[in-house]
Amino acid sequence: MIRKLVRFLDQRTGTAPIARKTLRYLFPDHWSFLLGEVALYCFIVLVVTGTYLALFYTDSTADVVYHGSYVPLQGQHMTEAYRSVLDISFKVKAGLLIRQTHHWAADVFVAAIFLHLLRIFFTGAYRKPREVTYWLGVTILTVTLLEGYLGYSLADDLLSGMGLAIGNAVALSIPFVGANLGALIWGGPFPGTHAFFARMYIAHVFLIPALIAVLLTAHLVLVALKHHTQFKKSPRETERKIVGVPTFPGQTPRSLGLMLGVAGILVLLGGLVQINPIWEWGPFHTYVSTNGAQPDWYLGWLIGALRLMPSWDWTVGDYTLVPNPFWGGALFPMIVFAFLYLWPWLERKLTGDHAFHNLADRPRDAPLRTAVGFGVFTWVMLIFMAGASDRVFVFLGIGYQTQIWFYRVAIFTLPFLAAYVAYRVCVELEAGERVEHDVEAATREAKTERLLRPEEEPL
Amino acid sequence: MSRLLLVTVLALALAGGAGAQGPAGDAKRGSELYGRYCYACHGPNGEGRTHVTIGAAPLRTQAQQKGMGPSLQGVGALAADFYLETGYMPLPKIGIQPRRSRVVLTSGEIASLTAYVASLGKGPPVPTPHPSRGNLALGFHSFSDHCAGCHQIVAEGGYVTGALPPALEDASAVQIAEAVRIGPFVMPRFSEQAISNHELDSIIAYVQYAKHPDDRGGWALGHLGPVPEGLVTWFVGAAACLGFCVVIGQRLRKS
Amino acid sequence: MKEGLRKLLLGLAVDAIRRPAPKPLRPGERERIVPDGPPEPRGELLALALLGFGTVCAIAFVAVYVTDRIPNQTQFLGLSLGLALTSFAAALIVTAKKLIVTEELEEDYPAEEHPEEQQLVVQTVHDSGSRLTRRTLFKLGLGTAGGALGVALLTPLASLGPVIDMDPFYGTPWKGGRRLVDENGRPWRAGDIEEKDFYTAFPEGADREQLGSAVVVIRLAASDFKLPKEIAAYPAHGIAAFSKICTHAGCAISLYRTPLFPPYDPAPALVCPCHYSTFDPATGGTVTFGPAGRKLPMLPLYVDGKGHLRAAGNFDEPVGPSWWGVRLRKPSP
Repeated sequence: MIRKLVRFLDQRTGTAPIARKTLRYLFPDHWSFLLGEVALYCFIVLVVTGTYLALFYTDSTADVVYHGSYVPLQGQHMTEAYRSVLDISFKVKAGLLIRQTHHWAADVFVAAIFLHLLRIFFTGAYRKPREVTYWLGVTILTVTLLEGYLGYSLADDLLSGMGLAIGNAVALSIPFVGANLGALIWGGPFPGTHAFFARMYIAHVFLIPALIAVLLTAHLVLVALKHHTQFKKSPRETERKIVGVPTFPGQTPRSLGLMLGVAGILVLLGGLVQINPIWEWGPFHTYVSTNGAQPDWYLGWLIGALRLMPSWDWTVGDYTLVPNPFWGGALFPMIVFAFLYLWPWLERKLTGDHAFHNLADRPRDAPLRTAVGFGVFTWVMLIFMAGASDRVFVFLGIGYQTQIWFYRVAIFTLPFLAAYVAYRVCVELEAGERVEHDVEAATREAKTERLLRPEEEPL
Repeated sequence: MSRLLLVTVLALALAGGAGAQGPAGDAKRGSELYGRYCYACHGPNGEGRTHVTIGAAPLRTQAQQKGMGPSLQGVGALAADFYLETGYMPLPKIGIQPRRSRVVLTSGEIASLTAYVASLGKGPPVPTPHPSRGNLALGFHSFSDHCAGCHQIVAEGGYVTGALPPALEDASAVQIAEAVRIGPFVMPRFSEQAISNHELDSIIAYVQYAKHPDDRGGWALGHLGPVPEGLVTWFVGAAACLGFCVVIGQRLRKS
Repeated sequence: MKEGLRKLLLGLAVDAIRRPAPKPLRPGERERIVPDGPPEPRGELLALALLGFGTVCAIAFVAVYVTDRIPNQTQFLGLSLGLALTSFAAALIVTAKKLIVTEELEEDYPAEEHPEEQQLVVQTVHDSGSRLTRRTLFKLGLGTAGGALGVALLTPLASLGPVIDMDPFYGTPWKGGRRLVDENGRPWRAGDIEEKDFYTAFPEGADREQLGSAVVVIRLAASDFKLPKEIAAYPAHGIAAFSKICTHAGCAISLYRTPLFPPYDPAPALVCPCHYSTFDPATGGTVTFGPAGRKLPMLPLYVDGKGHLRAAGNFDEPVGPSWWGVRLRKPSP
């Protein structure tokens, strides 16, 4: 039967050669190489659950009065969009499960991309010839952050509405063109026209997923064309020779198993752990707010940056050159993404290494890269933690203002310390390995020269 | 028989006239307790001590200085009951925010002290809210308007510059009614004109609901929103996926 | 049919018990591509058991879905479907580790580059321009045409919003004589406004969601104000109104800090819950803590003949977050 199917397909598409190559494509066998797949499977879960949700969501901001089953909102004014999400959560069977699975998938998707980025960065997999693959990946990350933000803002609840107001303020804070850009996107000053939600909706369910799909396809095609990098686990792996497990039969059940496993974890979270209970936050109004409002985790680095800035609008006479939110909300992420995009070029400049690389480094094999990467990571992580200072105050009693001052000093000092420590650790680990290697070589020599008996070891 | 009836009626009338919840307060016993716990900061007749004297400063413990506290004349049984039942008072250090703490007085002592403070001037009695008569939707709406900015939308507490609006999970209906009418520390004071008794009943109904809100989505993570959700994303979601990867893939053997 | 069913069941039973030996290569058969491996009956049983468990869970999901309104339905739905998926995942992983041969093969990386093909491509492009004599002019023409067409195609995007006209950013619904009303449209009276409380007010008849609408109203003792002279007359009998929209990033200022015991409790302040920008109402809304770069706009008030609060004009500054022109003009109604 397989023979009949393969013959049918090859006669009509001519793809048997491609199929043969694909079936025997070699995957280097290391667990860290599966992180990209985890991200891919999260994306698939997002598309499937998102399609389902789109069949029930209404993107209208028309004012309605709620008469559904949730008592605390009885008789309250809200938008149709918010009500449709309430109905998905309360009226549609399995609606809440799929909504929560979708939201958990979004959060884990970004985490998986980030873990995958860490693996690519700290093993030098972005080096020639894979820079384009890497840039495609960083672009996917950037676009995904926006996609998630738009997604949870579609619900029009109090928390995400406050987040949209802040996003609008960051847009406005861009020098020279901010207000014009904001007016363009929102259709005027915040909260904008009724069409704004339609724009968010189309961007979230069509434009950006299509963009991500295209970038992702290009990313995967490039990975396949140039083949994966690999760790040097034995003398067999070299810059010219790849050692790995073929797609079929070896890799297929593993990948399928990982896909079902990731989907299973996301569905378990979606059913067992509540996320974004919008009925508890209430509908958004520009004149209402709540304490403790936070964006989803992958934007937490920005709220930290916004809170750390001291009170300062940079003005030139009466012209406001740089409003305050620009530094934390726009410039800070631009610096981080610029670092990510420019790093392959920067590393080439700093090390003078222009060669092709198919072998992945262990982090300790590239102390400069590991140190710089760890330093930048520490910088971003500290700013991220600053964003939760109010909760730390509530739980641990450490004064909020004290924490702000601590972070303002720490973000300019601790990253350098962290980079130095990382550098020293890499160098020491490498030195230790060299000593061990020399001892082993000497032992072998001693045994060959019969200075030691075969079962003896040196002191 | 009729004499017994008369005595009973008189006793009940006296007890009702005291105006306190629970056991009737003895104002005379209250004045002794006042002398022990309150005199140093609030003055001999509850007029308060606001003048700075030698050795007095914020955050220095009471044993070392003359205390400082606002006037209690006219605050009524409402305020005394609130501060004593919650353990806000006695305050361990001058100038810090009063917080819910272990109550050192028995309920009889609290009643007596409340009666004494009430006698210091004409003030409001201990309120008798009826949250069951309130409207939950109105309560949610009012709470969002007046309270959520400081106390968070599901009353999990929060931060305001210089103070800690507490979570309200331990607040009783009477305590909520009292706090709203007092405005302790830096909380605004909402009079009956601003928030009617019916609206207050509704707000209390909502706060009581918020202690166990509708969490049909699963484990609620403390109702704090994206921060604990992010922790679960990393320590459960990403960790589990990472676990799958480690089980499926190979580890790096020493070369 | 009964005979067929009996054969099937017998076959299944035999499969469950039998441990077959590996089949040797018969003469005439090709060399194997994927090598042989020993059977792993325990692994097979484990995988089958996991598949069976997963099947039960998947059916349970359907059953829970169909059942009406059981408590914790979302949890049971998630648990059943999630366990089904993870069981199938586990079955596949067992298959991968125990039931198929994991080959470790070698092959060459693809070529670093293809110099001959590159040469052919470059030459093809060069050769095709043989009939052109005015290359530079042509390139210029194509470039400007493409650029102009691009601009033309992008131009309709300007319809998305008022991208040149900044008037909407300065306008608010407030003007002299507008009454302050609450959320239900009831006018605020001066007598309603007590000290140590804060109130939300809107312009009568206006869209409440507009950023320029909502104001927060408080009352201080008239002697507590320390206002600069431009806005010294803004409060009415100690009642002051400020824009409720934070000048940092646009959240609603819904925190009012008011001391019960003034010498020690912190001074009155309007605070924003997003990044804790703190504004001092006594000085007209100046920033005392937090990242806001601009004071809170203040609305001039007066009390009319009937005791109702009315605006005496527009705010002293544009409302909302800062942008490049926020200090260039005063707000207009």
